Amino acid sequence: MPASLRILLVESDPERAERVREALAEAGERDVAVISGRRVLARDVAEARADIVLIDIAHPSRDVLEELTQATSPMERPVAMFVDQSDPAITRAAIEAGVSAYVVDGLRADRIRPILDAAVARFHLFQRVRSELAATKAALEERKLIDRAKGLVMKARGVTEEQAYALIRKTAMDQGKRVADVAQALVTAADLLR
Amino acid sequence: MTREIALGYVPLVDAAPLLLADALGFAEEQGLHLTLHRAANWSMLRDMLDQGQVMAAQMLSAMPVARALGLGSGRVALETPLILSQGGQVVGASAPLAEALARQGQPCDFTDAASTARAIAALHQPLRIPPLRIGVPFAHSMHALLVEDWLAGMPATFLTVAPPLMPEALAEGALDLFCVGEPWGSQAVVKAGARLLLPGAAIRHGLPEKVLACRAGWCEAEADLAGRLVRALSGAGDWLARPGNASTAAEVLTRPGRVDVAAELIERALTGRIVTDPVGTEHLVPGFQDFGPARAMRPMAVQAQWIASRLALRHGRGSDAESLAAAVFRGDLHDRFLSLTTA
Repeated sequence: MPASLRILLVESDPERAERVREALAEAGERDVAVISGRRVLARDVAEARADIVLIDIAHPSRDVLEELTQATSPMERPVAMFVDQSDPAITRAAIEAGVSAYVVDGLRADRIRPILDAAVARFHLFQRVRSELAATKAALEERKLIDRAKGLVMKARGVTEEQAYALIRKTAMDQGKRVADVAQALVTAADLLR
Repeated sequence: MTREIALGYVPLVDAAPLLLADALGFAEEQGLHLTLHRAANWSMLRDMLDQGQVMAAQMLSAMPVARALGLGSGRVALETPLILSQGGQVVGASAPLAEALARQGQPCDFTDAASTARAIAALHQPLRIPPLRIGVPFAHSMHALLVEDWLAGMPATFLTVAPPLMPEALAEGALDLFCVGEPWGSQAVVKAGARLLLPGAAIRHGLPEKVLACRAGWCEAEADLAGRLVRALSGAGDWLARPGNASTAAEVLTRPGRVDVAAELIERALTGRIVTDPVGTEHLVPGFQDFGPARAMRPMAVQAQWIASRLALRHGRGSDAESLAAAVFRGDLHDRFLSLTTA
């Protein structure tokens, strides 16, 4: 969990931007950058490297954010938005559905907090899914690697698959390494000698 | 019994079938009462549909296809039983690029896509200028796909610019080229000295520009309601496609709270009379924008596949893109609701 959220506020009306900034400060969020103006470039939003982008649901340049879903995955950057009337239940459901729409009538601090919480929760949910996916992929890669190493040992020493694996595992234990690392060393060596 | 339905639209000329179905009684004829929700941008419209605020919406044809490929925001599967319009886009050049083209002696007849592309390539290559900056209304849009198709691999960067802000972006020198629906191209001519080079239809004719989008499965679950809606919108499109109705349509579209543009500009777009440069040169483009006949508005898998193959190329999606997309354009629903025999 990051110590502090970096929030980007895209708001063309300076007065409204100031009100939102104050409401965010009341909610304990002080790392807030603002992009003003009606015409916004995707590059500017990307460069702000915000954890959350707050933008009015009807902002004339809102579609620009869709460009960012190409560059990075939409999962990496939760986008929260302001709508005129709010129902916290709908808001939460919408954010969880990945829709990204919310608040804010009067822009009160107590309204902003649950939105940020929901957006952050979604952010972390996706982060978790992503890291699980990465872990699964890595495990698959390792298994393939170990399979190849087993094959090499079986061929070179004329042993069964089980014996080959036992041999690799013993070597790993003796050297204080991971099985996958020993397998990697074997495969690399075999590729070099081929 | 009259049934109610909430629909979403973005205030553009091609929202016409929805607005006319409501105003001219095509919905009423089907025992349908439309509640029209105006969205300020495509993302907002998409969210309205995803959240169920509206049951169906006018949408860029590439959006439901992009969704099927997992591109962009939102994850609810979408499908379309009806094409709302074809064409209607214009491709234009910024004032500096237009001047350079003119100095090169490139004639602008507003029809020859290939020679215009060659002229731009000829300008572009020896100068080794950075990629062409091209303004389009949305990342996943026919506008972007058409221009990409037309430029055939020339280095280009696509920038999303809301249509009403296109003239401003051009005036500030942020763009070299743009592709946008009318009347925003004409506005760029008037306000930013841009020159229109081609109608979208000159690049490829007959590709769907806007579709009626709904959540996948809705048409079957609510077949009565969906049938009435498709017939009402199709009726409006047919009416719009008949010559002589453009003026009436333009008046209806510009009623307060609908499309905030002068009726005259909308009528020009509907009749395909496009002013292409600041001195007022007018080109008449037959087939500039089509809303009918009904048979031509049948969604076809091959159209979705064309869109999908291009999106997949650009965004590195797999070879299953076309098969995923084919199911989005539901010609079978169109047949069922309109009882047209397919040719």
